[in-house]
Amino acid sequence: MKPQNAVITEVIHETPTITTLKTDIMLDAAPGQFVMVWVRGLDEVPMALSQPDSITVQRVGEATAALSDMHVGDSIGIRGPFGKGFELEGDRILLIAGGVGSAPLLPLAQLAHAKGVDITVILGARTGDELLFEQQFSKCGRVSVATDDGSKGHHGFVTELMSQFDLTDFDQCYVCGPELMMDRVLDILHSAEMEARSQFSLHRYFKCGIGVCGACTIDPSGLRVCKDGPVVHGNMLINSELGRYHRDATGKKIGH
Amino acid sequence: MTKPDLSIELTGMGMKNPTILAAGVLGTTGSSLKRVANSGAGAVVTKSIGIEPKPGHPNPTMFKLECGFLNAMGLPNPSYKEFRGELDTAKESGVPVIASVFGAHPDEFSKIIDGLDGADAYELNVSCPHASGYGAVVGTDPLLVEEITRAAKQTANAPVWVKLTPNVTDIVAIGEAAQRGGADAVVAINTVRSMAIDIHSGYPILGNLYGGLSGPAIHPVAVKCVYDLYQALDIPVIGVGGIANYQDAVEMMMAGACAVQIGSAIYDSISVFDDVTMGLSEYLVSHGLVLDDIIGLAHRKVGL
Ligand SMILES: Cc1cc2nc3c(=O)[nH]c(=O)nc-3n(C[C@H](O)[C@H](O)[C@H](O)COP(=O)(O)OP(=O)(O)OC[C@H]3O[C@@H](n4cnc5c(N)ncnc54)[C@H](O)[C@@H]3O)c2cc1C
Ligand SMILES: Cc1cc2nc3c(=O)[nH]c(=O)nc-3n(C[C@H](O)[C@H](O)[C@H](O)COP(=O)(O)O)c2cc1C
Ligand code: FES
Repeated sequence: MKPQNAVITEVIHETPTITTLKTDIMLDAAPGQFVMVWVRGLDEVPMALSQPDSITVQRVGEATAALSDMHVGDSIGIRGPFGKGFELEGDRILLIAGGVGSAPLLPLAQLAHAKGVDITVILGARTGDELLFEQQFSKCGRVSVATDDGSKGHHGFVTELMSQFDLTDFDQCYVCGPELMMDRVLDILHSAEMEARSQFSLHRYFKCGIGVCGACTIDPSGLRVCKDGPVVHGNMLINSELGRYHRDATGKKIGH
Repeated sequence: MTKPDLSIELTGMGMKNPTILAAGVLGTTGSSLKRVANSGAGAVVTKSIGIEPKPGHPNPTMFKLECGFLNAMGLPNPSYKEFRGELDTAKESGVPVIASVFGAHPDEFSKIIDGLDGADAYELNVSCPHASGYGAVVGTDPLLVEEITRAAKQTANAPVWVKLTPNVTDIVAIGEAAQRGGADAVVAINTVRSMAIDIHSGYPILGNLYGGLSGPAIHPVAVKCVYDLYQALDIPVIGVGGIANYQDAVEMMMAGACAVQIGSAIYDSISVFDDVTMGLSEYLVSHGLVLDDIIGLAHRKVGL
């Protein structure tokens, strides 16, 4: 499909670096699916849908800065929804979110809550004011907070909070956040033999976003993060490139 | 009913079936090529590889249209030095791995082929419609194509295929130049130059402004190119363009292709190679034919 025109109807400043753009387009998507967001004349980048009509953007470079600076009435191009989202399984679930990784997990929490699922969220960020969607998650279940600088909640990483729970009590565990965080979470889930009952939303360099070009594939499975993912079960990631390297726009391996 | 033998020998290279993954599709990494090989492709072609690392054009680089796909990837690749390891991984699949190579002049092609030794064949990309200084800029000049092919043949320890662009007045003239240069086969066609504009804003959609069309829309264009090349050349023609099922493959073979490449149709499923092979097999059985009977059949029907 050619990009759909999406007009911005509301801009919400969530944290000092993160902004939600609500648009006039409502997409029928599963939680964890993504769209390709075209900033005309500049770039097109993948973004999770944080709501059926919204994306939530962290300012990291040129395209995300342009998106963060948009106003009501501005427009973007949207292709999607694409990829495989989260599968809601079981009655008791654990969500682990780091930074902007809360974006794809919020619609999952809301869907699970509506179905009466028992939800625990471990939410992490660098600082207290960078915590994303803490209030929204609190409406769906219990929330434990960790910050790198200790300005709110546990002083340290989300992985340290995991030890407060018997992980095997959960039917399914859902994870999205920085690569090294996800890698450590996978290790812990693996030790608890929970890897097959976990789902990770991955991040790789996307070009086509529709499973054709091969830019986003991971080793050694050759899975396409844009089409076979972005949500992948943990057991598919054991001994993979996760946490070790990814490829840049040229296809060259970049170590973590 | 016994299954017909679909194995072929193509430019001296044995293949279990005549379907090949086209260049630039799921060919960025060794493990991705291996995955496609394991899902039934008779051979796989790598992403086109150059001298220096190239990030490619800015996004949007590809999207689907009603009639096919538009792309302007811009030959992203990590350089032949970096790609070496990926080639070795791809070769673990057991099917032939063809290294696609692009450059601006004969020396560059030779250097890359030398650096990627061990490939089962080399496909010279003189046909990308949207990378300035490379590809089709090179591939529209018969003298340059002949020179590049000759240089590649001198360096390569394996067959050399030349991939042609349809964005010329006379594709046969370029095919003949490749044949004069010593090509073992030609591959036709690369994408058809094209463009799309966003009517909400007036912006061209592709980051590169224009690009190449692939998929169903270009199938009849490819059939005509293959038909003309088969008639004019003595070397094998490999058909590519919009093949998505066995009927498309049979049609391409009747035009003169001795093998087919499949790119965009992977969008629907990676199992397309298996599906085409099975369909082809059933088609041959039900018609009481073998592969050789259908290759170039259209020419024999009209007495050429
Ligand atoms: C499936 C998926 C969902 C995502 N969801 C969100 C989200 O909800 N919110 C959010 O803020 N970010 C999300 N991202 C990350 C987001 O796409 C990048 O932050 C963005 O592309 C950066 O672009 P830039 O021009 O601002 O930065 P640049 O300076 O161009 O790049 C900064 C970093 O962003 C990454 N990046 C750049 N271009 C791409 C690309 N085409 N594909 C993938 N990564 C790229 C690179 O790793 C690069 O190192 C998601 C990524 C993926 C793959
Ligand atoms: C995303 C994409 C990338 C491509 N990259 C290359 C490439 O690097 N080298 C090349 O020779 N052809 C490249 N092509 C062209 C294909 O190999 C093929 O010739 C063309 O797409 C027509 O076949 P199809 O309709 O089956 O896709 C690319 C095509 C697509 C869609
Ligand atoms: S981005 Fe092209 S295959 Fe995933």
